[in-house]
This record gives sequence, C-alpha cells and structure tokens, in this order.
Amino acid sequence: MEKESCTFSYCEKPQIVEVDTDILIVGGGMSACGAAFEAVRWAQAAEKAGKGKIKITLVDKAAMDRSGAVAMGLSAINTYMGENDPADYVRYVRDDLMGIIREDLVYDLGRHVDDSVHNFEDWGLPIWKKAEDGHTMDGAQEAPKLREGGKPVRSGKWQIMINGESYKVIVAEAAKNALGMDNIYERVFIVKLLLDEKEPNRIAAAVGFSVRENKVYIFRTNAMLLGSGGAVNVFRPRSVAEGQGRAWYPVWNSGSGYALGIQVGAELTMMENRFVPARFKDGYGPVGAWFLFFKAKATNAMGEDYCVGANLEETKKLYSPYAEKMGTAIRNHMMMMDMKAGKGPIYMQTAEAMAVLGKTMDAKQLKHLEAEAWEDFLDMCIGQASVWAGNNIEPDKTPSEIMPTEPYLLGSHAGCAGFWCSGPDDLGAPAEWHWGYNRMSTVKGLFMMGDICGASGHKFSSGSHAEGRIAAKSGVAFVLDNKDFKPTVTKSADELAGEIYLPYEVYEKHKTYSTAPEVNPNYIKPRMVQARLQKIADEYFGGVSTWYMTSKTMLEKGLELLTMLKEDAAKTGAKDLHELMRAWENYHRIWSIEAHARHILFREESRYPGYYYRGDFLAIDDKNWKCFVNSKYDPATGDWKCFKRDYVQLIPD
Amino acid sequence: MPSFVITEKCDGCKAQDKTACQYICPNDLMVLNRDIMKAHNQEPDQCWECYNCVKICPQQAMEVRGYADFVPLGGNVIPLRGSDSIMWTIKFRNGKLKRFKFPIRTTPEGSIDAYKGKPEADISKIKQPGCFTHQGTGKTMPTLKK
Repeated sequence: MEKESCTFSYCEKPQIVEVDTDILIVGGGMSACGAAFEAVRWAQAAEKAGKGKIKITLVDKAAMDRSGAVAMGLSAINTYMGENDPADYVRYVRDDLMGIIREDLVYDLGRHVDDSVHNFEDWGLPIWKKAEDGHTMDGAQEAPKLREGGKPVRSGKWQIMINGESYKVIVAEAAKNALGMDNIYERVFIVKLLLDEKEPNRIAAAVGFSVRENKVYIFRTNAMLLGSGGAVNVFRPRSVAEGQGRAWYPVWNSGSGYALGIQVGAELTMMENRFVPARFKDGYGPVGAWFLFFKAKATNAMGEDYCVGANLEETKKLYSPYAEKMGTAIRNHMMMMDMKAGKGPIYMQTAEAMAVLGKTMDAKQLKHLEAEAWEDFLDMCIGQASVWAGNNIEPDKTPSEIMPTEPYLLGSHAGCAGFWCSGPDDLGAPAEWHWGYNRMSTVKGLFMMGDICGASGHKFSSGSHAEGRIAAKSGVAFVLDNKDFKPTVTKSADELAGEIYLPYEVYEKHKTYSTAPEVNPNYIKPRMVQARLQKIADEYFGGVSTWYMTSKTMLEKGLELLTMLKEDAAKTGAKDLHELMRAWENYHRIWSIEAHARHILFREESRYPGYYYRGDFLAIDDKNWKCFVNSKYDPATGDWKCFKRDYVQLIPD
Repeated sequence: MPSFVITEKCDGCKAQDKTACQYICPNDLMVLNRDIMKAHNQEPDQCWECYNCVKICPQQAMEVRGYADFVPLGGNVIPLRGSDSIMWTIKFRNGKLKRFKFPIRTTPEGSIDAYKGKPEADISKIKQPGCFTHQGTGKTMPTLKK
C-alpha cells in the first residue's frame, strides 16, 4: 500500500507552539495533581538554596477539574493505612495479584499514602467519621480530622468512606493553586514522546495538539512525569451501542500512558495482567461497599455461595495455594464456573443484607443506611442509579445482578500492568531494582506514575496521588543532578506537525472520492479502527466472547491481524480535531493491546484465572513462572523482546 | 443517551466566555452550534454518564437518558449541585421518587491555598524517603530491616 504523508497540501497547517521546561507533567489525573503539588514545593526549596529556577509545566487532554479516573467522583478512598502496617498492605496486594508484585514499590507507596489523604481533608474533602458511640457521621459534620485522631469509617481494612462527589475538583484546585494556571495547558493531547538525539535512551520532548484550536505543541523538557492512564475499551465491551460509553474504567483512558512509553523503549512489566471486575451488570456500579460495608453476599440464582464446595475443590486442583487466598481473580473464576453451568444470573443479595442490618436499627438509621447505599452509586457511578431507576430496582427489596466485565489494562486499581520502574533504595530490594531515581523508567529522565507504574497495583486514587508526589520529588532531584542537559530535537517543527496532523490530511485529500465520507477505500475512520481492534482483542486475546480463553495459536493469529490494523491505522482519516483525537487515542490503544497479547503469549501458564486463561497451559505454574514477565520494544529496530526477571519476596508471608 | 441538551433551555452560554458543558466534558463530547447557539453531545456512545455537564450547566438544560442498550425508558436521575452539597432526585420508571442530599466539600470553592500550614521542603533531604510534608513534620518513614 502507498504510504501517506502530510505536507499540509490539503489540510490547514496548524500554528506551532514550542515550550521549554525543566519538568513536564503529562496528564491531569490524581497522579499528575500529586506531582504538581510536590514538585513545586521542592522547586521552591531548590531556588531558595541558590540552585536556580526549575520550571514545571503540566499538560492535560481535558480540564483538570474533571479529568482522569476520578472525574465523576468516588465514594471511598481505597488506600489508607491508618493504624495498619504497610507490610500488611504488601501482603494483601501480593495475595490479590497472585503472588507477583514489586514489594519495594508497594511498601513505599504504603508508607507515603496517608499524607495525601490528610491533605485532601485539609483542602475540603468530606471524610466520614465514626462517632464515640460508634454511629456514622458524614464528612460535613463537626469531628476531629484524621490527622487529629478522628476515626475514619472503614468499609474494609484499607478503605475509608468519603462524600466524594467533588473529590477531583478539590484535588485539582490544590494542584492548580500550587502550579499556577500559566504553567498548565488544558485540552492539549500529547500523542508522542521524543528521545534526545545526542544522548541515547534519554527523554527530550513530548508533542501533541490542541483538541480545540488549530495548534500543535512541542514541549522540550529535562525530566518528564508520565501519568496518562490505563487502557479502556481495548476489548469489545459487553454493551456495543450507546452503552459502550459505560465502561467500568473511564472511557477516555485510551492507553496513552502505555503507548507513549513503549514507543521510546521503556521496559514494560506484567503487561499480561488485566483486570476484569465483577460489577453490577450493565451499569458497572461499584460492589465494594455492598460486600465490605453492608456485608451483602453474592450468590448464584439458587441463592448458593459459588466460592465453596465442588467449585472450590476444582479450583484448588489448578490454582492452589492461590485458590485458598480467595483473591479477586479466584472469586471471578468460581463465579464463572456457575455461570457456565447455567446457574446464573449471579446476584448481589442486597435486600437480604439490608434486612439483616435493619434488625439492629431504627427507622431513621435504616433510612440513613439506604441513603449511604445510593450515595455509593451517585458519587462514582451515576449510570448505575439510572439502571436501578429504569428497572424499578430498590436495593432493599430486589437483589441485583452482577457480572464480570470486559477486560481492562491498568496498574493503579486491582491490576498491575505497566512499566518497570526504579524503586526506593532503603528497603533491601535487589540492586537491579533501583537505579538512582525512584519511579524512573528504564528511559533516562522519564518517570512513571499511577496506572502505568507497573507490578504495584492497589494504589487507587490516594495511592496514585502519593505516587505522583514520589515521582515528582525524584524528578526534581534528577533535574538538579542534570542541570546542564539541553534537549536536542533535530526533527523540524513542520515535520512533527505533519506526523500529528496526518489523519486530517488523509481525510481532506480523499474525502470527495466517494459520495459519502464514511465509506472510502483510501482511509479508515477512527471509530472503525476501534471496532476492529476490539473485535481482534475480544475474539483472539481472551475477551468476553470466549469466556476469557486464549492460547498460543489464538494469540499468534490475533497478532497477525493486529499488525495489519496497525498499518491501516497510518491511513486513519479524521474530519476534525475531535476525530484527530480519536485517531491518536485508538493508535495508543493498539500499542497497549499489542503489549498485552505479547506478554500473555510469553507467559506459558494461567496466572490470572478469572481474568484470562491460556487453554494450552490452564494451571498456575509457580516452578517456571513465579517471575516478572518484562518486555522492551526497540524504537531503532522495531523489535519487541519478552524476557523473565526474578521475583524476590521482601516481606515474609 | 447519555447526556442530552433540552432545546428550549440551552442558551449556548451566551453570557459566558465559554460554554460550560464544552469546558468541562472529560471526553470532549459537547459542541456548540453557533448558528442556533445550542450545544449537543456529538458522540453519545462515548459518554460515561459522569454528569459533569449536567452538574455545571447554568441553565439546567442538560439531563441524561439512560443507555438505550439496557435501561428501560421512564426513569431519570437529576442532580442539583450547590457550593457545599448536592441534591439528587431519582425518579423510577414506575413514578416512585427518592431524594438524597450529600455534602461535597467543607471549604468554599476556590479558597484552597495548597501549601497553607504546610512545611517547606528541605533541599538537603531530597534523596531521603518521604514527601516534604513527612520530612517537615518530623515523621520517620518506616523501613524494612533486612
């Protein structure tokens, strides 16, 4: 096929904006807000100490008030140590992620995270408290703050309840206040990173475009803090019409974080990992509070627990000793055993749970309890409330269906797909796990945070904020140690703009060939790129249509099809800036899913039953595979290599 | 349909310098038709139903119609977001109503001074564990003894 190029012969040439900065924060979610808050403070201290000015710039695809995974709000903060030992947090994360995590990174996060939560409360986030008599007070009632000894309302060992409708607005307000709006670019989508052209394997710049104006941006930087999220809608979702927007994770997380880092050669780890949450069917509303807070049980249609008896015995045969630990993946596995046996629908027994709680409560307390149940949805998954309203479901009267979703790639929730990063040097971790700067990837100057810092899941919102702070502090240290670095980008601004605007040029060049622009043999629309990607991922890489089942032969065939899709993606046609954004998002999705498939192919076992299965290696094989699977794409040659790295247990069972 | 705009109520935010829904949508879905000064959701199947457009609309011209793939018609969920709390009205398909009010923040909007009452960073400790707040308040960071 003829290769397309953009010389602005057909589409309008954008204005080019060049920005030089010392630290570039890519993203505007929880980790980016944490990074801004921490980096500015250290930059102030550096300047005071006579080490010169450090310029910090943040670039966000959306508006910071409501960007990232917390855009809608949250009803709980899932990572708060409080009275707990971070070592126990490591044990919990390790069990849930089937034994393989970077314990140095997880411990480090655990010892830092509470301070972020305390700051949120200082800034105005209402956090529920337990009164002296044990009753629950919402976060607006007068009570000592957490840092003053106030007792949070635990919904689980690590989770605390909040009134979190404005969680992101509050955290963003603090970040914007710290950084100053002059240093923030909103509605600018970074689509590509550039390595330095003098120093090998060294980050130098990020390029992108405004989704609102005809402008292309080139940010040259010394250090970069990447926090641009996980990958959603890479697999065909269960709802394929309007409802595909109701992804469990934010639909705008398009795998940019993975794609940006992969293409400059940053080493990946555990990209075979994915998350398949079991959630309320269709609306994907949260179940955590129902399980943990209201003590509701999930059962099959006959009212039976599916995690006991024959299901458990069968599961133990393949997945012992992990089966006994009842992590999220294992519980999914046993739920699906019953679904496959026709014992569905699976129900969350909400009515039963509320009846039990109601026995010890008066009418007023019961009403309060009902409000709490609804708030769980209204704070973070309003669409689920509309599913209940539309179906006349009242949780105190009717149980609700739950269902495993399509797969998601992420590293901050209950998944750990991401980049291999340097850890702290004071925890006794193997020497090859730290190379000078905490959270720096294997590309010099490029730091990873939130969803894309790998092998360290269960950070959630607070942990992502804390990780942004950890990364930012080392980013400042890095800049101070590398003050003389001047990024070199020899590609001309016009050439870079041409690469970014290519889908726009392709569309303008060919659009009149056919009488309707949607179908044209010279290009493919972003929507169709996404549909094909989702179909390949679903049918070959273990999506919902095969009950998450794949194998060597399936993966190889899928990768072959994916290669052609990747070539075709270079012929995406975008009719406006909005479609140009979709074109690049889907290109990022392709890279993310390719990494995922390559890792699954390399790991010859089924490490995450309930999330995916290798039909040709159905069991967990600790003897050969209790290790990290890492990989590296070589931007110079285009080769992709997968390899093992040793897992080391730092904290005893 | 995710989110939709009621024709009669939308005034295209003519009094503001930018359209509120366009400003806030995390997925860049809202567009303004300048000829008729009405906004609309250009890609309903990419709508997360995050309600940020609904909450921010100064005319209360925006609502959400549940995803047609799985939500029967007739119900709706409508917020009224104030400065310190949010009121929700949930209407069921069968007409039943529920109302809830929850706090949203304990400080006035726009009042956050991020570093108020926080210590400064001590540059000599930049390579030691702990954020500037841990270090500045004398907290010892726990560590693992090997």
